[in-house]
Amino acid sequence: MKKLINAPDDVVLDALQGVQAAYPDRVRVNYEPRYVVRADAPVSGKVGLVSGGGSGHEPMHGGFVGPGMLDAACPGEVFTSPTPDQMQAATQAVSGGAGVLHIVKNYTGDVMNFDMAADLTRADGVEVESVVTNDDVAVEDSLYTAGRRGVGITVILEKICGGAAEDRRSLQEVAELGRRVNANGRSMGMALTPCITPGSGQPSFELADDEVEIGIGIHGEPGRFREKIGPASQIAERLLTPIVEDLPFSSGDRVLAFVNGMGGTPEIELYVLYNEVGKLLHERGVQIERNLIGSYITSLEMQGCSITLLKLDEEMTRYWDAPVNTPGLRWGV
Amino acid sequence: MNQFAASMQEHREELVRLDTAIGDGDHGTNMDRGMRKALEQLGTQPQADVGGVLKTVAMALVSSVGGAAGPLYGTLFLQMGTALTGKAEVDLEEYAAAWRKGVQGVEARGKAEPGDKTMVDALLPAVEALEGAADLDSALQGAVSAAEQGMRDTIPLVARKGRASYLGDRSRDHQDPGATSSYYLFQTAAEALAG
Repeated sequence: MKKLINAPDDVVLDALQGVQAAYPDRVRVNYEPRYVVRADAPVSGKVGLVSGGGSGHEPMHGGFVGPGMLDAACPGEVFTSPTPDQMQAATQAVSGGAGVLHIVKNYTGDVMNFDMAADLTRADGVEVESVVTNDDVAVEDSLYTAGRRGVGITVILEKICGGAAEDRRSLQEVAELGRRVNANGRSMGMALTPCITPGSGQPSFELADDEVEIGIGIHGEPGRFREKIGPASQIAERLLTPIVEDLPFSSGDRVLAFVNGMGGTPEIELYVLYNEVGKLLHERGVQIERNLIGSYITSLEMQGCSITLLKLDEEMTRYWDAPVNTPGLRWGV
Repeated sequence: MNQFAASMQEHREELVRLDTAIGDGDHGTNMDRGMRKALEQLGTQPQADVGGVLKTVAMALVSSVGGAAGPLYGTLFLQMGTALTGKAEVDLEEYAAAWRKGVQGVEARGKAEPGDKTMVDALLPAVEALEGAADLDSALQGAVSAAEQGMRDTIPLVARKGRASYLGDRSRDHQDPGATSSYYLFQTAAEALAG
């Protein structure tokens, strides 16, 4: 294993110190317990947005802290949920009197830890709502599993809810908008290579040189199937068909198309893929109204990609377009 | 608690191996880290009663284990601690009742039912053994045997909760790591209380 680290146990702390050093005027890093928070938090009268999850998916979530998006993010160890004491402290730090929304990806650990944090924070007198994302269509039989995993839609939801919160919408309104975004969003990912967590030093799974895994999770969880690698057009079709058929997305729909890199994928390949996605959606009469292309929800150095589609409405589009000023996403400022 | 911590250290690699097969491979490492933190806390904040000890362990686990095991074991010890607040000594009936409260907390937090291939599959039979026992010795031994049986019975099950559930049928023929650490908890509790 070759990595740009000092020691496996220090990766998260060292990275947080790097974030603090890079953006001293914009974010503040709290180390005990760990969270990244807007420098101007709490913003009076604004709903506070708190997310979090295991580290290793950067820029999500810490890179999305700032005006127009998250108020705070709680990083866990690599691929391990953060803990309720972090979430409780972060929630207190961003509570500006209008309540706090927890944005949680649907993984057993994340959901339970945020649940416990919400219980503790309500006991402190802060109004808390939660939105759980579960957009990964690769998980087919969600009735008998922990349910679909939260993936790409989380990034988009954090941006749209961030815009609504900045517009001083109420906690109920921001939470309902978030649930609507999740309900209208679908994703699926694939891997060309596994990732290696610094702690284990071992690949998260084995894949032959000429093989790809379709439906991969962002922690290397197994997907739907493996096959010999084909051209980007075939990979786009493998990912897009289950997404489109699941919601379903139909002719006349206007969508946000998000082509995401898993961490080790060159940007040029993401554009190759985006071109194929555009062609396939055009054939189906689905119109791309907005897009996002780049590595925003990653899986360490994994090579691969994910596609997320969101069926847009006027309100979602307005808050997607609203100004955002974070290390990871920045426009309109 | 000393013995459970030692057990988590001793069995760290085994739990990692079990978790690597059907989860994300961090259960042994996380439990070892959590119990070391718990002992540290108990060392700096000595507790007079059983409830206080359990609650201190609970909060240490919640803040240091992460994953799903943190809130689940945290909830287990927190509920047990609440049931035993102010008690310097505990009789069998109170002991069994505290375990029942704890396991109910775990079931509520994890929304798991028996047969889902989780720690509940080791905990629940053990609690039932405690409740049905005539005296302390047979209760402790009965609970260990029941937890061990419950742990082994998870091998053929298909996981319906937690990360292992994404494997579907591929989670069969593996012993659940959470049920395994729960078995070690009963085993060390029996050794400590019988001794």
